[in-house]
Amino acid sequence: MKNVYMDHASATPVRKEVIEAMLPYFDQHFGNPSTVYDMGSKIKQVMEEQRAKVAKLIGAKAEEIIFTSSGAEANNLAIKGAALARQKKGKHIIISAIEHHSVLNSARFLERMDFEVTFLPVDEYGLVDQQRLSQAMRPETILVSIMHANNEIGTIEPISELSAICRERGVIFHTDAVATVGNIPVDVNELNVDLLSLSGVSLDAPKGVGALYFRDNLRLMPLIHGGIQESGRRGGTENVPAIVALGKASELAAKELPDKVNHVQGLRDLLVAGVPERIEQVKYTGHPKERLPGHASFCIEAIEGEALIFMLNQSGIYANTGSACASKALKTSPVLVAIGIPPALAQGSVVFTLSNSNTVEEIEYVLEKLPVAVDKLRSLSPLWRTKEAA
Amino acid sequence: MYSEKVMDHFSNPRNAGVIENADGMGEVGNPVCGDMMTFYIKVEDEKLADVKFQTFGCVAALAVSSIVSEMAKGKTLKEAKAITKKAAAEALDGLPKEKMHCSNLGAKALAEAIANYEEKRDGKPRAVAKQTKRKRPKRHITCSHCDVKNPVTANFCMSCGEKMDH
Repeated sequence: MKNVYMDHASATPVRKEVIEAMLPYFDQHFGNPSTVYDMGSKIKQVMEEQRAKVAKLIGAKAEEIIFTSSGAEANNLAIKGAALARQKKGKHIIISAIEHHSVLNSARFLERMDFEVTFLPVDEYGLVDQQRLSQAMRPETILVSIMHANNEIGTIEPISELSAICRERGVIFHTDAVATVGNIPVDVNELNVDLLSLSGVSLDAPKGVGALYFRDNLRLMPLIHGGIQESGRRGGTENVPAIVALGKASELAAKELPDKVNHVQGLRDLLVAGVPERIEQVKYTGHPKERLPGHASFCIEAIEGEALIFMLNQSGIYANTGSACASKALKTSPVLVAIGIPPALAQGSVVFTLSNSNTVEEIEYVLEKLPVAVDKLRSLSPLWRTKEAA
Repeated sequence: MYSEKVMDHFSNPRNAGVIENADGMGEVGNPVCGDMMTFYIKVEDEKLADVKFQTFGCVAALAVSSIVSEMAKGKTLKEAKAITKKAAAEALDGLPKEKMHCSNLGAKALAEAIANYEEKRDGKPRAVAKQTKRKRPKRHITCSHCDVKNPVTANFCMSCGEKMDH
């Protein structure tokens, strides 16, 4: 059976070069970077080299990078760390309505600690409006967090325009760039942000490693108290092999990014053009232009996403869905609700995220199998019957 | 996640479809909460001569509809009415915990179809069970901004993020 993997936003295979780079740091170079003898200090040096590589990928300085255990931890450290360090200045923060759960639930945690949170609505494409942000600003606003690109609908936010509003007022601006770093060029100075989260998953590095960029010695309350690792902002002995992997992956991404963007964008356009030709009553979600190059997301009428994913799975196709039935909490994706998709249509969500390894043949295979799966589910669906009759 | 039986019924649903001029029809669920099932029955000599269903929903919802239709076919009305949610889940070698309640609507849809038939047969609406007074406190409140129901324990709307006053 064919194996067509198109869920690269969830996980990516780790590249051979990356695995090779990290392996010696399990047994040969195992020293603790905090020790003073050469076995440790050499590792410390290697780690700083990785820091520089990650920094270079996003146009930052090496000393502005903190290694974390994941993109989620980077988001937690950014939101909670920055808010707690600044709470004497004010207790109001602003986030968008379509943030990842690690940002959303960090904000909700702060709400329980007497912070006030404003959730900025988005338009039908998922874009945050600058004027809405200006209006939401208060004298006591200390932090704004708006994601660089959304993983469910692919929309890329106008970060530099939004961050300018915060810069004027001296408010810290964070962006969750987990979906963008490794998929499109990202530069912290162009975006003009104070904090930026990234994850190894989008860079073909292993799971369990991420990083947070913080501008110019920005104060952050650590979440993990301990020694003075990571400039005192995150305690705990560093995960050296994973950090080496992230460094290597960043180095490779910096070189190969333009080719990757072209490749996945071409494939994505084929898929996006092909789906409505073969399936009626399907909505392309997210922004038609301002979106991630390898990201295609749809909502298909009268079927349910989890059933569709299993049906595709049987043809060897791997994709994702925002359907309530596929989430453990059985809640419709807040992102689809925020862009105004009716709940019944949101149930039919399906998301394809592409990478370098995908091919034109694979897209053609999906275009052949997806309509078959949709037809089968629609033939079972009472909603489709009433729609046809209407 | 799902048992082999569930996957079998999902991949090859039994009795899917519509009975034109059915003797009874039952519809439960709604597309907003994710699952909707319609059962059609044909009755001969107080036995279910034919059962068909249409379902909008997840893998579990489709498999439950399929197994309930299989269990009910050929049974007397009394036997068919005795099919429970639990029996349907057991016949599928179990369902994931979170799917037990929301997707396991097949038995209810079948019972609705039978009640619909009995109504027509007897020519009178069925007796509605007396509403008993709610004992537990109300657990849900509707968000005044987006009309979505939310647990009262939250001080913001889980759907649109607006603050809620209660």
